[in-house]
This record gives sequence, structure tokens and C-alpha cells, in this order.
Amino acid sequence: MRALTKKNLLILSSIILTFALVQVLFMVGILNSFYEITIATICINIILAVSLNLVTGFTGQFSLGHAGFMSIGAYVCAIISMRMGSVGGFIFGMLAGALAAAFVGVLIGIPTLRLKGDYLAIATLGMAEIVRVVFLNLEITNGAAGLNGIPRYANWLWLFLFTVLAVVLINNFIKSSPGRACIAIREDEIAAESMGINTTKYKVIAFAIGAFFAGLAGGLYSSYFYFLKPDLFGFMKSVDILVIVVLGGLGSLTGSVIAAILLALITTFLQSFTAVRMIVYAALLVLIMIFRPQGLMGSKEINDILKFRFRNKDEKIE
Amino acid sequence: MDQFLQQIVNGISLGSIYALIALGYTMIYGIIKLINFAHGDIYMIGAYIGFAVTTYTHLGFFPALIISMIGCTVLGVLIEKVAYKPLRNSSRIAVLITAIGMSFLLEYVMMFFVGAEVRSYPTLIPKKAFHIGDIIINTQQIYIVLTAVALMILLQFIVHKTKTGKAMRAVSIDKDAAQLMGINVNNTISFTFAIGSAFAGAAGVLVGIYYNSIDPLMGMMPGLKAFVAAVFGGIGNIPGAMIGGLGIGIMETLVSGYGNSMYRDAAVFALLIVILIVKPTGLLGKNTREKV
Amino acid sequence: MPLLKVDKLTKSFGGLTAVSNVSLHIDRGELVGLIGPNGAGKTTLFNLLTGVYVPTSGSINLEKDSGVIELAGKKPYNVTKEGLARTFQNIRLFKDLTVIDNVRIAMHLNVKYGLGSAFLHFNKYHNEEDELKAEAERLLDIFHLSHKKNELAKNLPYGEQRHLEIARALATKPSLLLLDEPAAGMNPYETAALTDIIEWIRTEFDLTILLIEHDMSLVMKICERIYVLDYGMLIASGEPDEIRKNKRVIEAYLGEDVNNA
Repeated sequence: MRALTKKNLLILSSIILTFALVQVLFMVGILNSFYEITIATICINIILAVSLNLVTGFTGQFSLGHAGFMSIGAYVCAIISMRMGSVGGFIFGMLAGALAAAFVGVLIGIPTLRLKGDYLAIATLGMAEIVRVVFLNLEITNGAAGLNGIPRYANWLWLFLFTVLAVVLINNFIKSSPGRACIAIREDEIAAESMGINTTKYKVIAFAIGAFFAGLAGGLYSSYFYFLKPDLFGFMKSVDILVIVVLGGLGSLTGSVIAAILLALITTFLQSFTAVRMIVYAALLVLIMIFRPQGLMGSKEINDILKFRFRNKDEKIE
Repeated sequence: MDQFLQQIVNGISLGSIYALIALGYTMIYGIIKLINFAHGDIYMIGAYIGFAVTTYTHLGFFPALIISMIGCTVLGVLIEKVAYKPLRNSSRIAVLITAIGMSFLLEYVMMFFVGAEVRSYPTLIPKKAFHIGDIIINTQQIYIVLTAVALMILLQFIVHKTKTGKAMRAVSIDKDAAQLMGINVNNTISFTFAIGSAFAGAAGVLVGIYYNSIDPLMGMMPGLKAFVAAVFGGIGNIPGAMIGGLGIGIMETLVSGYGNSMYRDAAVFALLIVILIVKPTGLLGKNTREKV
Repeated sequence: MPLLKVDKLTKSFGGLTAVSNVSLHIDRGELVGLIGPNGAGKTTLFNLLTGVYVPTSGSINLEKDSGVIELAGKKPYNVTKEGLARTFQNIRLFKDLTVIDNVRIAMHLNVKYGLGSAFLHFNKYHNEEDELKAEAERLLDIFHLSHKKNELAKNLPYGEQRHLEIARALATKPSLLLLDEPAAGMNPYETAALTDIIEWIRTEFDLTILLIEHDMSLVMKICERIYVLDYGMLIASGEPDEIRKNKRVIEAYLGEDVNNA
């Protein structure tokens, strides 16, 4: 690892700064426990969105079942940490949940990823529904009533760490040869195959990575909100995640992060107007698609935009 | 055996409702390659229109059916013009998300006005049961099946015998070529939404009779299942949607009757995944492949 | 033993036989042309050779250092792995990616680092990526594209897009390069420049080349041997001069003058 490049240092310091800033705001009481929930939601949604972005935005595989993978991670983590009742159990549960989600991702991915576009969307939607019905009927998940009293180990520190981890790892992956193979699949599957890319393999890899991080997000959710029921992970939840990704811009990780923050703030702001909240949300969705279908960032990252600005300035000086 | 036949009878009446919704999905998909997620909610609104008409004006079954169909037609065309038409040249994912947004919009606007609670549907058809051997067929089921069959015959007539039907078929094969042949593509697409939505409206009234209860989120699940039915029969294919609808209806009642009714929905989606893997073009669909 | 030996290759789509009983061979280092009227089955033959289509019958044998391998029935990515690379008639670049990324993607088979390095960017990742970048730039230099490496492929002019496709195919390190109408849509000057490039890369990369082309000036000038397809069948083969005089070829091209060149 070339840890000490100028760019990496800049990124590292801004991560630490963000953490410190929020931490200070907590300590001086500007951010109260009400906002802590918002921040937890933001963190979990960022992990969900960047992992779905890898599948849908970068690899071009339209998934409507991300909540299914999230629920697998959530239940596995909850059940394990309830049995073990320690921080170690929580971490182990998180990993086991993420791996279980990735495993199901591979299992579902191998047959369904041959499908294209809308068909894949519907197949993944169906998969998530099946997962939900299974959780509704299992004894260990306590059916429709759900699980209560899951030990609460996830706090702001854990949430922040895992969020940074997810964004950095997925960003690294995209900037690697397997990541580029995934992007090639999105661009032109036939051309990608004739460049020697085993498209099925890379689609399944992307799907499994996406499922892994969705599972991780699920684990964090279960531990932070200490309550789970299958209905939390329905079609609505999958759409919620997709909306973040599309609003931020398909193929833009920073876009996903910004959109996750923005949407959480809007939701918090509309909290007191429950009746109109969903109407505004739905109308917003339609309006964004009509007027800015490429999302806030398009497929650019925030540093692309900044770089472009700087370069323009330099040219003017010359 | 008798129980089996009884489940088949129940399945056929439920399946004809699915078939009516599936027809809308399949026609709209056939013509603009869009999974119209809002379609299930148009059906929900159809049920509410039927409810309002019968509760407040005390009209009977047929007037309620017709008024609901007209209301849904207007709504369907409106949605197409406002939300989908501006996106005619956008990416598929953008249009699909718009459709999902439209679906939520209908659901929550409806919830805002009528409340989230489940309402029981007025009895529109005198309930009477006929016994054939040990099998029970009631008047509701007969009304449902007959209405569905009549509408399907009407649709076959429109698609195959009228000029508009010919235009629909032409647009679904090649939009640009159809335009060059002097077909008004926009009107044809609107017309397709009109018919599809009218059928969804009819299905809404029928399902009110069948299940006796309605609520603003009732469109979600049957909408998805009807889409599965359309895929099962071969998306874009009208007879396929009818067969698919009946197939899903029968399968669902059999799973509830013999297995665990909790797994009813899972069975439908499992079927979907199996079809998509084994024969993604559906029962009656045609195979197309990308040219290299 | 030729590099590529195709034996009685047939492909039918339902009732239509697009390629019928075609046998041909290409020796190591040769530059062979494949011509024929529109719809003769040239591109279908390419698609069979590269694994896009599975042949109805027949065999495709490729000679490698390790022995002879059967390509028929292999997936496109495995065919590429064995050393066949292609360009497309209707340009299939990764349009929304940069020029250099187009080339880097094609180098994917030579990358040795695994998923671990991909996620954690170990030193191995950086070393290999640096090499990859240098090599991609070297390839782009050949086609005078290196100053445009950060532009999106779709923003290149048409002729340069064709060049980029060839550069991208070369990046897979092929032993046999298949070019599907590389000069389509080019003006005579561009075609002449392309002719030079094709000859140059052949020696530089020790390549064997099979090309489909409608531009007879290009075919007749650089191909050592030519195969002629019509209605899916091989109707003639031989050196350019023989083909020029072949009666069946002239008949097949009735209206299209083969003596033009």
C-alpha cells in the first residue's frame, strides 16, 4: 500500500476531521439523540447505496432486491449477537451476516444474472420477496412479530468506521482491473466478452460484493435499532436504496454519499408532516427523473469536478 | 379430488382478475418496453371508484364497473402524458424509477384522502351458491369470470380487427417505422394506456367483490403478481397474459389449499425466477437476440 | 501446420444456413483477406471464430505452443484468452470511458493481482497498474492517440475510433487478429494510412491477421491470400491476382467491379 501519498493523506485527514466534527457536535450537545438516529440512518444508507451502486451503477445490473440482502445480514447478526451477547459476538455476527448475504448473492446471481435489464430487476425483486416470506415463517426469526431486544453494540464510532470502510473498499475495487471489467460489462457486454472478460463471473462478483456490504449494513441496522421485523425489508426498502443511488448518480460513489445525506435530512425535516412525507418523496422521485435523470452527480465523482475547476484556473493563469 | 376441483374453480376466478391486470402490463410493456409499476395502483383506484359509486349513489354492479373503467382510463392516459412521455428518450432505468415514483404517489395521495384503513366493499351481487356435485360455485365467481372473458374478447377484437389495433401492433414492433408509415405514435401509446387502465379499473371492482375489502396499498402485491403472470405468458403477448393470469391464480389457490398460505406469494415469485431462467421469453413469447 | 485451421464449419439459424461447410486455413504470419458480397456470411464466420455463435457443425483448430486446441463451442472470453482478438464492423468501443481505459480493460487477462489487492491496493496493485498504464500508452502511441488518452472514446472522430478498436484488440496480446471492415467509412487518405499501420503492427507484434474488407484497394494491396464467400459458401481462394481473374468471383460481385483496384 502506498499509504502516504499526498492524495491519501488529504482523504485521511478529511475523514478524521468529519469524525471529530460530528463527535464535538455530539459532546457540546448541538446534536442530540434525535439527530443521532438521523446520522445512524445516513451511515447505514451510505453503505447500502454505495454497494448497490457497484451492482447497478458500475456493473449495470439493475437490482430491485437489495433490501433482501440487507435483511439476511440483519437477521444473522441479530441472532448471533443475541446468543453470544458480547462485542465480539456483534462483530462476528456482522461478518457472518455479510458472508451469508454474499453467499445468497452468489446463489441467486449465477442463474439470474444471465437476464438483462427489466427482467433482472423483477427477478431480484422476487428474490427479496421470497427472503422476506421465509423470515416471516421461520421460528428463529420470530415470524411477523420480529426480534426484539437485540443487544445494542453499534454506536456512532462503529457506524462511522464501517461506512468509511465500505466506501474506501468499493472505491478501491472500482479503480482496479476487476472493477474495470465490471464497468466494461455495463458499457457493452459483447465487446467486454471479446476482450477476454468472463462477464458472468464478474457480474456474480459484483453482485456478491454488493450483497456483502448490504449484509453489513443490515447487521449495523439490527444492532443500532435493536428491533427487526420482515416488513422492514420489503420492496419499499429496496426502492429507497435505489432512489439514493439514482439521485446521487449511477456510477458516482460521492454522489451516493451526498444523496444519502440529503435524503436523510429531507426525511428528518418532513418527520412532523407524516401524511405528506411520502407524497413529497414520491413526487420528488418523478420530478428528478423528468428533469435530471442522470442524478445530482451524473457518473462523476466530486474530485473530478474539483479537478476540472482547478485545471481551468491554471489555464487562465497561463 | 373434489377439493382439488374446488381450488381450480377458485383459482380461475382469482386468475381472471390477474389476467385483466396482466393484460395492461403486457400491452404497455409491448409498446414502450416499460414495466408500469403504477399499473397495480390504477387498479387500486379503480376499486375505490367502484366503492364510491356504489356507496354514495347506490348504483349497481354494471354502472360501477363502467364508471370505474372510465375513471381509470382518464387517469392512465394522464399519467402517461405527464410522467412517461417526457422520458420517451431517457434510459430505461429512469423511466422505471418514474413508474415506481408514480406508484408511490398514487398510493400515498390516496392514503391522504381516504385514510389507510381497510374498507369493506358493499355487496353488489346477491350472493348465491350453486352446488355441482361437491363443488361450490357462487354468483360472484360467475360474474367475475364472465366479465373478464367478455373484456378479453373485446380486446382481441380491438387488437386484431380495428385500425387502431393494427397501429398498436405496428408501434410495438417498430416505433420509428410506424411513424414513417403515418401512424400517430403518441396517440397509439395513449390509447394503449387507456385500454390497459380501463381493464385495471374493471379488475379493481371485481377484486372488491372477490375479497370484499379494499385499502390504498392493495395494488402493490396483485400488481407484481400480474406482472409475473405477464412474464409467465410471454411479455408483450396478449393471449400469453390471459394464460399466465389464470396459471398464477390457480397456482396460488392450490398453494393456499394444500400447502401453507403464508408461502403463497413466495411460490409466485419462485415460479417467476424459474421461468426467467428456463424460458425467459415465457410460454408464448418469441426469441430475439442481439445482432453483433 | 497452419496457425488456424477451420474444417467444414456450418452455422444455420433455423432454416437459414448462414455459413455452409467452410474450410480454410491461415498460416503463421500471414495476412489473409475475407471478401464477399453483402450478406455472404463474413461477419457470421467471424462470430463463429470468436465464439459469439456456436457452430452447428465443424471444427476450428488453433495451433499453440502447447498443442492444437479446439475453439468451436468455447465462450468468447476463452477464445480471446487463447489468442484471438477482434474488432467490430459497427464499432463497439466502451463509449463513455476514456481512451486509455478502453485499452486497460482489454489488458485484463494479463493482470495477475487478485481481489485482495483490488480491494486493499497493496504494492502489487500499484506496480502492476503502473506497468499497465505504461503499456497502454505505448499502444496508444502507435495509433497517435496518446495525447487523447483522457478523452471519452465517444468524442473521438470516426477514424480514430476505428484505430482505438485495433489498439484495444492488440491489448489482449493476440496471436491472430481479426479485423471486421477496418476501413469502413474512411476516406482514401485514411485508408492508405490504415494500410500502413496494419502492415506495421503485423511485423511489430508478430501477428497473423484475417480481415474482412469491402475496400478492394486495401485488400488487394496488403493481403497475401484471399478467401471469397458467397451465400455462406467458399467460392474461391488464392492470391489477389488469381481472385481478380476468377470467374465465379466476378459473377458473385456482378455490378461490383473487382478490377477496380
